[in-house]
Amino acid sequence: MDDLLQEFIAETRETLGALSGEIVAWEADPADRARLDAIFRFVHTVKGSCGFLDLPRLARLSHAAEDVLQAVRSGERTPDPRLVSAVLAIIDRIGEIVEAIDAGAALDDSGEDLLLAVLDEKASSAPLKLVPTSNAGAAAPRQATRSIRLSVDLLDRMMNGVSEMVLARNELARRLRDSGDPTLENAIDRLSLTVSELRDTVTRTRMQAIESLFTALPRLVRDTAGALGKTVSLAIDGADVELDREMIELLRDPLVHIVRNAIDHGIEAPDERRRAGKPEAGRLTIAARQSGNRIIVEIADDGRGIDTARLVSKRIEQEPRRAGEFSALSERARLDLVFEPGLTTRDTVTATSGRGVGMDVVRTNVEQIGGTIRLHNVPGRGLTTTIEVPLTLAILSAVIIGAGEGRYAVPRQAVEEIVASKSAAVRIDMVGDAILATVRGRRLPVVRLGEVLGTADELGDMLMIVNLPGGSFALGVDSVDDTQELVVKPVAPAVMAAGLYAGQMLPDTGVPLLLLDCAGVAAAAGVSFDRVVEAEPEAAEPVAEGTPGLLFEALDGRRRIVPLSAVERIEAVQAESIREAGGRWWATARDGLVALIVAGGAPPRGGELAALMLPGADTATGYLARRAIDIVSFHDDLLPSNNPAVSGILVIEGEPIEVLDPAHLRPGRSDEKPAPICLLQGPDTAWMEAMLSPLIEAAGYRIARTLAPGEEAAVTLAAGDDVPAGGQVVRFDRDPETGWPLVDSYALASALTIGAAR
Amino acid sequence: MNETLHLLAHVGGRAIAVPADAVESVVDISSIVKAPRAHPAVRGLAALRSRVVTVIDTWELLGLPAPEEGSCRAIITVVDGHHHAVLVDTLEDVAPLDVVAVPTGLSLGRRWAGITTGSAEREGEPLLVIDIARLVGSIVAAG
Repeated sequence: MDDLLQEFIAETRETLGALSGEIVAWEADPADRARLDAIFRFVHTVKGSCGFLDLPRLARLSHAAEDVLQAVRSGERTPDPRLVSAVLAIIDRIGEIVEAIDAGAALDDSGEDLLLAVLDEKASSAPLKLVPTSNAGAAAPRQATRSIRLSVDLLDRMMNGVSEMVLARNELARRLRDSGDPTLENAIDRLSLTVSELRDTVTRTRMQAIESLFTALPRLVRDTAGALGKTVSLAIDGADVELDREMIELLRDPLVHIVRNAIDHGIEAPDERRRAGKPEAGRLTIAARQSGNRIIVEIADDGRGIDTARLVSKRIEQEPRRAGEFSALSERARLDLVFEPGLTTRDTVTATSGRGVGMDVVRTNVEQIGGTIRLHNVPGRGLTTTIEVPLTLAILSAVIIGAGEGRYAVPRQAVEEIVASKSAAVRIDMVGDAILATVRGRRLPVVRLGEVLGTADELGDMLMIVNLPGGSFALGVDSVDDTQELVVKPVAPAVMAAGLYAGQMLPDTGVPLLLLDCAGVAAAAGVSFDRVVEAEPEAAEPVAEGTPGLLFEALDGRRRIVPLSAVERIEAVQAESIREAGGRWWATARDGLVALIVAGGAPPRGGELAALMLPGADTATGYLARRAIDIVSFHDDLLPSNNPAVSGILVIEGEPIEVLDPAHLRPGRSDEKPAPICLLQGPDTAWMEAMLSPLIEAAGYRIARTLAPGEEAAVTLAAGDDVPAGGQVVRFDRDPETGWPLVDSYALASALTIGAAR
Repeated sequence: MNETLHLLAHVGGRAIAVPADAVESVVDISSIVKAPRAHPAVRGLAALRSRVVTVIDTWELLGLPAPEEGSCRAIITVVDGHHHAVLVDTLEDVAPLDVVAVPTGLSLGRRWAGITTGSAEREGEPLLVIDIARLVGSIVAAG
């Protein structure tokens, strides 16, 4: 926000400077329309920025001035000297406030109401006495400006000059080495250092983090959503991606437009979302990343997506003659109708969008800066808009690789890891005609760079694991030489046509390098990643989400499930290391001694076992199992179980599987009292347990149907004719018609309270 | 007489003239970095001071046999903001030429017809005046 404020101050100061001449001219000739327009634009801009930057005083002043000027423009008021003076006084005041903000000084606002009153036509027609500007403004000395505005063109020329200098230095250094005069070496080293630093500085002057574009978004989203009665949560990623300053400015409007569209057209109203089984708050994700010499900005919403059928019918309505043509369009071409001028799917104009000035302008703007815009539409589930713009003067950290005789650059950002292809961690297999690399258990398709380039057939000595938006692959290259920070420039169309290159670079050696486009290389090798895969996990119905559970093979050979949340991690335990001490079982695991919960007798004597480590215990404690099998998802509608340690029965592939109750996995501690027992008597206990167990368990009881020897019931729920076993007794009657038990919940609650207190 | 400056060169033994305002400079290209899988008429890339230029194999582009001794003389021209080095057999001179229409009835061939803007004569030798931007552009157009 500070950046924006600084920019606002600089801009306002600059415009004020330029405007002072206009103001004087307007004062001399209030009928001058061009001057009036210039002043109006200034006030209007200030007003817009103020609302955005939350500067209410400036907003109030500029708004009032704007109103008056608008009235003059429309001829409702005449620019008499009094009005002109009043407007000028306000513009002066805006200047003072801006200076005060910059200096961080407080400025007394006493005069402002008067200033505003003067603007008002209906105010007393007493001769105007201009409010003397308070001397607070003078008290705050204007800070020396520490920034200037430069044209990007100038920076370009500087950059070229520095690049030439680097090459000249290299040439000089090479000749010097040949001549073998050591006295000059120090001098050339110093020159080298200076030139490098200079190059870095010049390069950075053009770059700006995309953050400055993103900082305005939370507010924009909030306001837009608020105006439409929607709730939207915004997630921003990649704000530190740097790109050309100029590019940031050019991206601003398209981005704002797309975000507004996403909220207005994409994300549904809360009740509609609820009906569709989505969370009430819409989700908007904005992510920026660098891919080669392109910057990709993705705006994804989880709204209703684009109804292409509706688009088509709308277009047919507008141009009935082309009906046949429109109906025959492919799905992709239908989606592209969004970009046609004048199209709006809105039937009514809203404050936000729907004016028909839309995506066509966005596309034109993006294409003007050499970018592309793509839509990924999943009807009912959302729309992802991807803007890709070039980074013509991007500094790229590049990995320099060798393939055959040539050397190439790969964006370092895309490279996850580099391994030697003969390393023990790597396994290479032929699978059909494809090569598959297994790197530490991860399977990756292999692309031989030599083969793609047509220079060699060998796999190469090194494998680079390259990440693409849809997945990863291993790129086989001959050597990995170096990493360098280099300026990327676009390649000529004739070279671009290869589809393998993203740009060209000139390192200090003076030998050009081609920057590989990893996606292009993968595509040329026939490796493709389906983007749909990425979106798929979200396609699961929200209601269908169950509790994740760990399926394991228990010591008795049966499969059981324990909720995943109850297991912290799984430790491998050698059966030979299990010992008994102090009435408990212990095992030696990787991190030391582990206490074991052994269900069903003694642990087996041999083999490797798994300890499901429980969180939160003082001593590291694990539930002993033969092995962990899988992670499954289950729902709360389990079949009931008679065993209190089992929260229910889940049926997987026809086999009943016990779901363990995590509460019963806790190691019992001697100083801890066991939970009091609530005994359920009678033949209808299954029904009662299902209905009442939340209440009873919440009160700290364990539900039992029979008492083990030595156990005592704190509370007994008994049918009218049963003999109560003891403790607090709650009797229930039966409904005379259905025969179902009727429980007085009040009596139960009080019995539970008394029973717990005993 | 309406004479304009032209750069005179030979490609595949044929004399050509390029309007001087389309020429940025003439250079000797020393080392060329290959650009595999690019258009066959792209020899590769070369560094020209701090610029990277795309080197065009003019003989390939015009369907002419390449000279036995690889030539490294090139005309540097800027097309669509990209620097290109157009290789030629020899570079002769810069001279003012009086450009006239190509003699009627003369079939230059498909490749030449698209890039020729006129003809001229110098010391009795006929010259074709070439639009070098179109020559470079024909690479992409040819796909």
